[in-house]
Amino acid sequence: MKLLESPAVKVGLSISIATGLYGISFGALASASGFSFWQTMAFSLLMFSGGSQFAFIGVVAGGGSGIAAMTAAALLGLRNGIYGMQMNALLRPSGWLKYPQAHITIDESTATASGQSDPDEQRRGFWTAGLGIFVLWNIFTAVGALAGDALGDPKQWGLDGAAVAAFLGLLWPRLKGREPWAIAAAAALATIIAVPFVPAGVPILVAAVVAGAIGWFSHGRSDEGMEPDVDPYPHGHSSADAASRERNAE
Amino acid sequence: MNLWPWILIACGLAYVTKLSGYFVPAKLLRSPRMMRVAGTMTIGLLASLTVVNAVASGQSLAFDARLGALAAGAVALWLRAPFLVVVIVGSAAAACLRLLGWR
Repeated sequence: MKLLESPAVKVGLSISIATGLYGISFGALASASGFSFWQTMAFSLLMFSGGSQFAFIGVVAGGGSGIAAMTAAALLGLRNGIYGMQMNALLRPSGWLKYPQAHITIDESTATASGQSDPDEQRRGFWTAGLGIFVLWNIFTAVGALAGDALGDPKQWGLDGAAVAAFLGLLWPRLKGREPWAIAAAAALATIIAVPFVPAGVPILVAAVVAGAIGWFSHGRSDEGMEPDVDPYPHGHSSADAASRERNAE
Repeated sequence: MNLWPWILIACGLAYVTKLSGYFVPAKLLRSPRMMRVAGTMTIGLLASLTVVNAVASGQSLAFDARLGALAAGAVALWLRAPFLVVVIVGSAAAACLRLLGWR
């Protein structure tokens, strides 16, 4: 019972429930977009990165090709590589442990660990959030996929509207300050301009190049856009702030 | 179109990306420029996906009930609604607008 007294475990569990639950929207949207039950589950079991999963099905739902969907998902997953580097430095996993730890390295597990100052707490927070989200995300993906199949015509239920809201919901927590808004506006404009001229799915990659170029050529926060979808420490947390200051300083 | 190969390749790339952080020399990824590009690209991709799903219809732009979903989702987010509520609000807005006859 001592484990449940750990603040990191408590945060990890609550973030698991909040994040895991919205697997239901991924499952429903994937099946409404024409993915089979096992394809939908493959995303949540093997890709396990919410943004990338939504990106893949979003591109396909918009008529994009498999290769465009794959590229969008891969580019959206790039930040997980940065998280991996941070968690490797912070938690120092030994040998084989790196392999399972890498799979659950996502926005939320990284944010939960970074918000703790004690090394044991950091480790507990990372694993509780990572494993908790993995289990619940997959359970609720399955629930959503089965429910989506039973719904019938997805448009009648407004599921295409649900996809719009889902992407906006993923974007929203990253729009803190003027710069991210400007990047989002530039990407949106590039998308709209590109739509009539290139095949479906490609406008998203055009926008990725535009946003990447802005990051490459301008100076600003080095952790821009690296916010979790659900913030484990919504009311501020002194050590979380310290960790983000430290990241900025690097 | 059989999407299985692309799904599996995308899953493989996602894992390799995560794992690379644990094995690539920290100096390479730690450069502030690489971190910034990964971050700004995340914002750009999500903004683009929002727009595409709201107004793109194949290779043309269409202004239909999905715009209502975008507006309703933004209001829900403004009111600090949790993610799942935002998604349900978006879905309900599009469904209601269609019932009212706006495609």
